[in-house]
Amino acid sequence: MRIAVAAVQGAFVEHEKMLEAMGIEVIELRKLEDLSQPFDGLVLPGGESTVQGKLFRDLGMFDVLLEKIQDGMPVLATCAGLILLAKEISNDRKRYFGTLPVTVKRNAYGRQLGSFFCEEEIRGIGCYPMEFIRAPYIESVEEGVEILARVDGNITAVQYQNQIAVSFHPELTQDTRIHQKLVEMIENN
Amino acid sequence: MSKQYELNKELAQMLKGGVIMDVTTPEQAQIAEAAGACAVMALERIPADIRAAGGVSRMSDPKMIQGIQEAVSIPVMAKCRIGHFVEAQVLEAIEIDYIDESEVLSPADDVYHIDKTKFRVPFVCGAKDLGEALRRINEGASMIRTKGEPGTGDVVQAVRHMRMMNSAIAKISSMREDELFNEAKELGVPYELVHYVHENKRLPVVNFAAGGVATPADAALMMQLGAEGVFVGSGIFKSGNPQKRADAIVKAVTNYQDAALIAELSKDLGEAMVGINEDEIELLMAERGK
Repeated sequence: MRIAVAAVQGAFVEHEKMLEAMGIEVIELRKLEDLSQPFDGLVLPGGESTVQGKLFRDLGMFDVLLEKIQDGMPVLATCAGLILLAKEISNDRKRYFGTLPVTVKRNAYGRQLGSFFCEEEIRGIGCYPMEFIRAPYIESVEEGVEILARVDGNITAVQYQNQIAVSFHPELTQDTRIHQKLVEMIENN
Repeated sequence: MSKQYELNKELAQMLKGGVIMDVTTPEQAQIAEAAGACAVMALERIPADIRAAGGVSRMSDPKMIQGIQEAVSIPVMAKCRIGHFVEAQVLEAIEIDYIDESEVLSPADDVYHIDKTKFRVPFVCGAKDLGEALRRINEGASMIRTKGEPGTGDVVQAVRHMRMMNSAIAKISSMREDELFNEAKELGVPYELVHYVHENKRLPVVNFAAGGVATPADAALMMQLGAEGVFVGSGIFKSGNPQKRADAIVKAVTNYQDAALIAELSKDLGEAMVGINEDEIELLMAERGK
């Protein structure tokens, strides 16, 4: 099994380290040529969605990634990655892949002083440590989207077909259970 | 260690692989965001103009900073003077995302840096060697950048500072455990920080390059030397075509090992900032705050 981590900007090394510690082969996607290697799953990491979205387009990676997601490749998206997948962004005119039928709010908790940590239940996983860093949350979901977690009533984790998206950062914890979920999805794909 | 400090270090992790650009107006901030900046540094005068103007340089007008906060969705940083904890309190009050306790401004205290552990808002500080970096981290900085020499367009000092940091990290990594106590004494920092460097072969926080980066090749040079991202100050808005140069530097940081791409990015960028050579500099900002 080989998982590709989008590595144009942000906290991609943390995902790579976690996956490698789980014994999984990892490749980095920094430019179009990197996408010609075979891989079975995709991670869209945290960082700045504006930067990553622009670089995917400018570096010619956008359409190839979109096609892979639409074709059912298992994807784990964290924080900025969630924004890139979202069909609607309530406080931004930009749209990216739009493959996840949810409405997301960027910087939903405000500036850095609004960043926080908590532990909440994730459906099918249990209590999980969640780091919210200038994080988004999901305001609403369309039919077929499974809500996996809420914090203070706001949706912070969802699954829709081949896509798992969370507004926090499992890659910053020592808890591999969400990455394990991606691995299981790949195994069953 | 407080949870807020952890979250502050983690925000720096999210900025990695990105370019933080100095901007003086909301319009410049929007150009920077559109070009792919991962954050902007709001300040009234960029370092090159601070040099030219001379005199005392202070924290920017909060109204001006708030104008920039409203103009963009990416994190906004702002500078306070070294040791000026009230300027830092003001910046925290307007909910800045990161404070740069910066040698670019005139120091307010020639002995003490700000006790950054007293703040919830994160701090980035400049350092020209490992000792300075660890002392700032001990004071509560959650991100480090090389000092370089701001406002010069000359990358030589950023390179020197990054190499000094790297060689000191390599030296500590290869030391015997019983030598770390003396190293901590020599650097003037707690043993725990030296031990962290020994175990992990890196700083305990994210380390960016800053001070004198003017071209895509400069940015890629700093990344190849081990920087985790780049600050570009005067280099962008003092150049002939800021938008194109900003865009090119962002891409050069992502693909810093792809010489063919950097060659493409370096074409037709227009005039780079003129710059000042090291021996022409009258004021060495990097000597402020050790």
